[in-house]
Amino acid sequence: MKRYFHEELEEVRSHLMLMGEKAIANVNLAMKAMIDSDLATAQKVRKQDDRIDEIEKQIDDEVARYIGLRAPVARDLRLLFITIKAANDLERVGDEATSIAKRTAKILKAGYSIDDLGRLPRMCELAVGMLKDALHCFIDEDSSRAVAISERDEEVDSLNRENFRYFVDLMKHDHSKISFCTEMVFISKAMERIADHAQNIAEEVYYLLTARSLQEAIDEENAV
Amino acid sequence: MTLLTDTLKDSAISPKATTSMSSETSDPSRPLIRVSDFDFFYGEKQALFDINMEMLENEVTAFIGPSGCGKSTLLRCINRMNDLVDVARIGRGKIEVNDADIYDPRVDTIELRKRVGMVFQKSNPFPKSIYENVIYGLRIQGINKKSVLDEAVERCLKGAALWDEVKDRLDTSGLSLSGGQQQRLCIARALAVEPDILLMDEPCSALDPVATAKVEELIHSLKDQYTIVIVTHNMQQAARVSDKTAFFYLGKLIEMAKTDEIFMSPKNEQTEAYISGRFG
Repeated sequence: MKRYFHEELEEVRSHLMLMGEKAIANVNLAMKAMIDSDLATAQKVRKQDDRIDEIEKQIDDEVARYIGLRAPVARDLRLLFITIKAANDLERVGDEATSIAKRTAKILKAGYSIDDLGRLPRMCELAVGMLKDALHCFIDEDSSRAVAISERDEEVDSLNRENFRYFVDLMKHDHSKISFCTEMVFISKAMERIADHAQNIAEEVYYLLTARSLQEAIDEENAV
Repeated sequence: MTLLTDTLKDSAISPKATTSMSSETSDPSRPLIRVSDFDFFYGEKQALFDINMEMLENEVTAFIGPSGCGKSTLLRCINRMNDLVDVARIGRGKIEVNDADIYDPRVDTIELRKRVGMVFQKSNPFPKSIYENVIYGLRIQGINKKSVLDEAVERCLKGAALWDEVKDRLDTSGLSLSGGQQQRLCIARALAVEPDILLMDEPCSALDPVATAKVEELIHSLKDQYTIVIVTHNMQQAARVSDKTAFFYLGKLIEMAKTDEIFMSPKNEQTEAYISGRFG
């Protein structure tokens, strides 16, 4: 039997999905601004981040209200618990996208070519793919995909290290690019953090679906 | 702690002999109540099906489930209150308290009910003074020494968190107390005969939130000395007061686990549906 207030849980779920879509769109937009060297697009990212923050606030209020009025238990409670955490992760994803856009606006003044971006486009592709998959785990209630997301985070970490070496080398050989390379190291780190947040969301969804920690499950599987 | 076991386990002694109760060292993880393969009937209607469960010493176990699921029936079986129902009968299985079969024909039910006290849904103080209510069970046992009775009244009213509220009016009627106080008076009366187990059948269903909170606090403090089994329709109460929760449906034990597990990650879909209000 579905009670009238269970629809409120569906609303919370749909707001998290909306927030996820907007966060992903902003990461893509920030990367587009960088690839196209487009200041207007970079500025748009900063404006759209405000909407992500608003949705997070709305989710916080809805979750607090539901817990206060409906006394949820079991899976309903886990859903609300992970929604708060996932919304916080998505808000941070939005902040990282904004940070990338701000730094892009800075490096635009000096000018650069797409060849100077190192492995950043690939990192963005992976991080956005991880975010999308984490949200699909949530929609499809598929805990098995959460494990694969966790494995892909290692590839993003490796690309970030590669970027770091690449930009430090570039600085050494071309002192005129010190400022550009410094910003790029920070941008690469921001992208790596976005992937970390995607992994967090995957772990949260895994907990929602199984009531177990993803890391524990991976450790158990490796032990067998 | 005085226990029922040795009385029944030692076939050489009379099960009716109250003086043969022994004291044992308490093991906190020991099952004090064990229900095995238990079927129970009211006439032709089967009320309980193949119940298997254990309730550990000094733990609070909550029975939850929709009306008619058998939780109160099982509770009443633990001190043989159902013996008073003409058509009630056991089909199969047994219930042991402290490893002794309480349905053994040699068991004295009066003695059993001293060891396994009960608090009912509706508080039922006798039309007597607060003092006489508390010591009613002791008087029946023939204890009339004033110093013993005074000590019992103070100890039990303190144990039931009622002493401070009534110590200056012990000779007033138990019926003059508020609903919450009456329920705690009944708990004090149950404590007076020094039971090992307290059965509580929806003890807060007629109480307001403040009185409910007091009874819940009391349950929490009593579990250091008693093993408590509580039937409740209030999910949040079960979550707050119990260590283990057992979910019953249509006379069957569907799931029993630590209360944290039942309310955070129940294994059974019916349990999940019931506790989250999706049942029916």
